[in-house]
This record gives sequence, structure tokens and C-alpha cells, in this order.
Amino acid sequence: MATKRIGMEGSFAIAEAVKLANADVVAAYPITPQTHIVERLAELVANGELNAEYIPVESEHSAMSACLGSSAVGARTFTATAGQGLELMHEVLYVASSLRLPIVMTVANRALSGPLSVWGDHSDVMATRDCGWIQIFAENVQQVFDLVLCAFHIAEDPSVLFPTMVHVDGFHLSHVIESLYLLEQEEVDKFLPKYHHPYALNPDKPVTIGAFGPPNIYTETKKPQDIALRASKKVILQVWRKFSELTGRYYSPVESYKAKDADVLLLVMGSFSETAMMAIDKMREEGQKVGLIRLRLWRPFPFDEFRQAVAQAQLLIVLDRALSFGGPTGPVCSEIQAALYPLETRPKIISFVGGLGGRDISVPTFEDIIRRGMAKAKQGRLDELEMIEVRE
Amino acid sequence: MESLAIYAPRLVTTKEYLASGHRACSGCGEVLAVRLTCKALGRNVIIVNATGCMEIVSSQLPYTSWEVPWIHTLFENTAAVASGIEAGIKVLSRKGGYSQKTKVVAMAGDGGTMDIGLQALSGALERGHNFIYICYDNEAYMNTGIQRSSATPFGASTTTSPAGKISIGQTSWKKNMPAIAAAHDIPYVATACTSYPFDLMNKVKKAMKVEGPAYIHVLSVCPTGWRLPSDLTIKAGRLAVETGVFPLYEIEAGKYTLNFDFPQLRPVEDYLKLQGRFRHLSKEVVAQIQERVKAEYAKLKRKVIQGS
Repeated sequence: MATKRIGMEGSFAIAEAVKLANADVVAAYPITPQTHIVERLAELVANGELNAEYIPVESEHSAMSACLGSSAVGARTFTATAGQGLELMHEVLYVASSLRLPIVMTVANRALSGPLSVWGDHSDVMATRDCGWIQIFAENVQQVFDLVLCAFHIAEDPSVLFPTMVHVDGFHLSHVIESLYLLEQEEVDKFLPKYHHPYALNPDKPVTIGAFGPPNIYTETKKPQDIALRASKKVILQVWRKFSELTGRYYSPVESYKAKDADVLLLVMGSFSETAMMAIDKMREEGQKVGLIRLRLWRPFPFDEFRQAVAQAQLLIVLDRALSFGGPTGPVCSEIQAALYPLETRPKIISFVGGLGGRDISVPTFEDIIRRGMAKAKQGRLDELEMIEVRE
Repeated sequence: MESLAIYAPRLVTTKEYLASGHRACSGCGEVLAVRLTCKALGRNVIIVNATGCMEIVSSQLPYTSWEVPWIHTLFENTAAVASGIEAGIKVLSRKGGYSQKTKVVAMAGDGGTMDIGLQALSGALERGHNFIYICYDNEAYMNTGIQRSSATPFGASTTTSPAGKISIGQTSWKKNMPAIAAAHDIPYVATACTSYPFDLMNKVKKAMKVEGPAYIHVLSVCPTGWRLPSDLTIKAGRLAVETGVFPLYEIEAGKYTLNFDFPQLRPVEDYLKLQGRFRHLSKEVVAQIQERVKAEYAKLKRKVIQGS
């Protein structure tokens, strides 16, 4: 195992993982804050360090469409996008998952227009929640590298064959330089099997991909797709276990921090978790029994792990970095409520929305969120959606 | 003597790559064009099909008419999917994971090519992928019920450009898609029509040999949408060519060749009067169309004489 710790920008770490995975095709269209990823990949291809075809397409719609083609012919395929780009891909995303094409994509999460914002939040993710992809959140540069590498293994597993997104907070992760451990090529080669699609396009064994489904058969194609996506969790766990054996770095669908004996839990996704941890540390020092839950696996939703992680808590405070306009709460909180509703005993749930369009959330603000959440729970104000730090 | 036109009838393979039993309308010019195209292409191809008539008539789950590898994904992205397949084959061949010289062939209708798919097509042509793009042009969105596209001819009545008390139907002239393809400086552009089957197959064979993008624009007579008896498909296609409405030509490395020239074009009325979609046109509008066809034909001939 590579023991040398080096400093690297998040985007470059992603490119490094794609290079080590020996991807065959990269099709991408530039969009802030994803640009450094694809620039670096184009450079690696131009220098012969990555033996791949780089397709500089004319839109994100075509980027994902080209990915469909290269993946269907049996090539290991990668792309990256952000915000508006993910939205432009929208209809193609559903085709990728329905045709079971294991494309790997990093999304440098970005707010949606308007007003135009190139900065990070999770509006883009939430708009693609139901597209049938495996979706994983990273919290720091080491995780970005590790999870992109694992994503190829997960996606291409013969029993999975689902496209996989690794969510990386725009700027906060894509542009930050942190220290990380890379892996040697031989280690990756041993870890990552070769991609082989059982029904790849080939004149020797003609297949029809993408036939249309009339009402008498459409449902029959959708049910197995949902079953297969849910079942992919088993492989996700296996791959992460295998990865931990190689690196000592262990990933799980729901991760906790000081949560075991906590009465109050805060739930976040992505890079904000590390700031939230500092707030938890501070409040613990003050004697408060608070902890943190980080949802790493967004799809398939890890119901068992999640229910188990929050089982002992009295209160669960959810911070969303996206809005569901006119909806009940933030989009993540709605899912959390749905996941816990069938249980007889469950924590009270309080919803906050913040960190939109690249706005930072500081340690004191996280403390404030937790305190206010506790106060609201006491007052029984459970049905309020509160946006934090809004100037009025 | 490579020209299929001479030995063609005997040389055409009896092998079918588009199986019978598909759901095309009777007299469909497009399905005939695709069948002939496939004969010319042979087995070593991967076909990418846009959403549209051909996809719908040939691929209803759990059946397929395709005896060659075939993929359909969406409406507007056919050229982009073809780009990915071509790039995938290229890199896999380089790395030893693919051992054939397979041609990637994209197919779409006029809407999928000239309207919603134009951006993806322009991108793929500009990037120079080694593939053939064939537009089967039946001059409207026939699959969804005869709505106008940018390929619909001037004066044609469609469901979204209906002729009415104050409208002649389509009020814009047909977009010159071969010229747009040619403006990308690609090695091969051609027009073809089902009514000239050997010319069509010749052009497909030529496109197979091209290194880089080739674009073929096939006029595909649609009896359903053109309001034409289904036994007149071939005749209508012939008249489109003989009246100069749809000339058959090639642009090879910028050089224009007119494949069928007529010392005297037949009057456009011969073509228009067969079809219900033009039934409402006044003499004045027919004269206007005649003028336009003459002028366009003369423009094309000047390009042929000048060589580019």
C-alpha cells in the first residue's frame, strides 16, 4: 500500500482515480465547478498517461449520451458534471440506469439557476433522486479518491450493472487541496476486475438494446430494475469491505460520529460533516449528549442501517442543502420522515435548510442549529421547515 | 466496374438484416430504405436508432426485427450515442478488447436529425467520428401523427401546419440539411431515395469506405403522412427526383456530383397532385414552388459545374 501522503486538489484526486481505474472513454462537457476534473483527464490522455478516448462533446446531454454508447460497447466509461449540466442530462440518466450501463460519474454539486449560481449545494442531486443510479456522497478528498475507485467496482459488478454517481460538493471538495493516500497501479489492478458487459453491442452476438415497452410489459421491466437497485447494497458493502482490507479505510452506507449514546442527532450529507463534527465536539465538551449521522449512500437508500443508527435517539435534526419548493420539508428530511414513520418508536424530527448556493455553515451555526432544534422539539414545533441565516 | 447500378439486381444479397414482421404501415418508404441500407451495410455494423417510426415499428418488447446489433436510447442524441460507440470501439481495439472493424451507423428521421437532434449531429460531424449518419426524411413527425418539422415542404398541410382559410399550410421552405452537413467539411455527403434502390445502396457502400463522418439524406416516401395511396410510394419518389424537388447528388471531399440529371425537369405539379397534403394549393402557390425548385436546381447544377 502506498504510504506516502501527498497534497492534492479534490478534482485531481478524482482524475487520478479514473486514471488508476484505466478508464477507456471519458466524454464530458465543461461546467464550473467540475472543470478541473475533466481538464486534468484531458491532460492525462494528451500525455499518454491514460490510454483512453476523450470525447469533447458539445453538451452534457451528448456527454451522457456518448457514455451510453461507449458503455454499451463494453468500454469502461467516466464522466463528470455539475448543477445545470446534471439537469441537462436528466432524461439520459434514466436511460443509463434502465439499460443497466455502469457509467461512473462525479457530480461537483452545484446550485440550480436562477439566479445563476456556480456554487455548491444539493439542489442538483435532489432533482435526480429517482433516476435509478447508485448515489454516494463523499466528505473529503481522500474519500473522493476512494469512492470513485470503488464506484467502478460497484457499478460494473455483473449482478449490479447500474450507473453510479459520486457526489462531491462543488468548490468545497472539488477545489480544495487536502492530503491523501493514493494507491499504486498494481494494487488497483488487483482490486478492480476488468469490465465485461454480458450484453455488449457486438456483431458476433447481435443484441437489441432499448426496445420500447408497451403497457403490457413496461411494469414488468421496472419491477426487476427496482429490485436490482435495492439488491446492489449487498455488493456495495462487499466492495467497501474489500477496499478496507486493501487500505484500512472503511466505508459504510450510514456513518456516525459520537452517536452511540447521543440523545440528539444531527444529520448531514457531504463535506459539511467535518465542520459539523467540530460543533459536536464542542457541545460534547459542554456535556451535551449530541452526535452526528452522515448519510453516505443516498441510493439505494440504506433503510436498515439508517433505522439502526438513529434507534436510540430522542431527536433527529436534519440539515438539507436543497429546497423542495412547496413541499413538506427539505427533500432529505422528507425521506428520513418516510423511512422512520413505519416504526413504533422513533425520534422526533426537525427540519432545517441551509448552505444554499455556496453559503458556508460555520461551527457556531451548527451549534445553533442543534440548540434551536432541541428547543423546537421541546415546544412541539415539529412541522416547521426553517431556513437558517436568511436576511430579511 | 464497382457500380452496383450495373450488376445490382444480381449482386444484391438475399440475406435480410431487418427481419419481416415489423409493424410499418403498408407502402412505407422508410422501412424499405432501411432494409436496403442494411443489405448494403452487411453484418459488421452497430446501428444506433433515434426514437421515431423505425424504432417503434421494429422493436416492440419482447420482439425485435434487428439481426444486427442495435441500440435505441432517445430522440435527439443519436449522433452522440454513435460517437460513444465509435470511441469505445477505437479504444478497445487499441487495448486488445475488440477485434473487428465494425462500422457505426446512426439512423434518425427528419425531426430527430434536422430539429431536435441537430446539435448532437453537428457535434459528432465536427469531431470527425468515423461513422455513417443516415437521415430517413419523410418530411414531418409521422410517428406522432404528421406534425410539421423543418423538413416539411412549403405548402404541405400537416396537423400542426394545417391548411386553412387563411393558411396554405407550411409557410417555410424545407431546411437544406445536406448543405448543413456539408458545411462541416466532412468527406462524404449524399442524397438518396428508395425509388432508386441501387443508387441508395451504392451510396451506403461508398459511405462504408469513408474514414470519418459520412452523411446520407434519404427521401422516404410516407403514404400515411403524404396522403398518398400506398402503391404509389415508388412512383412518388421517382417524381420527387424527376421534378427536381429532391435531386440525387453526392458531395465527395467538397466536390458535387449530380447522379441523375434531367435535360428537362418534369413540372412539380406532377409530383404535388399525387399527394393529399398539397391538395389545397392554388395555381399561384404551385407556380411559386415551381420557381423555387427551378432556382434551387440551377444553384445545385452550378455547384456541380464549378466542382464545389
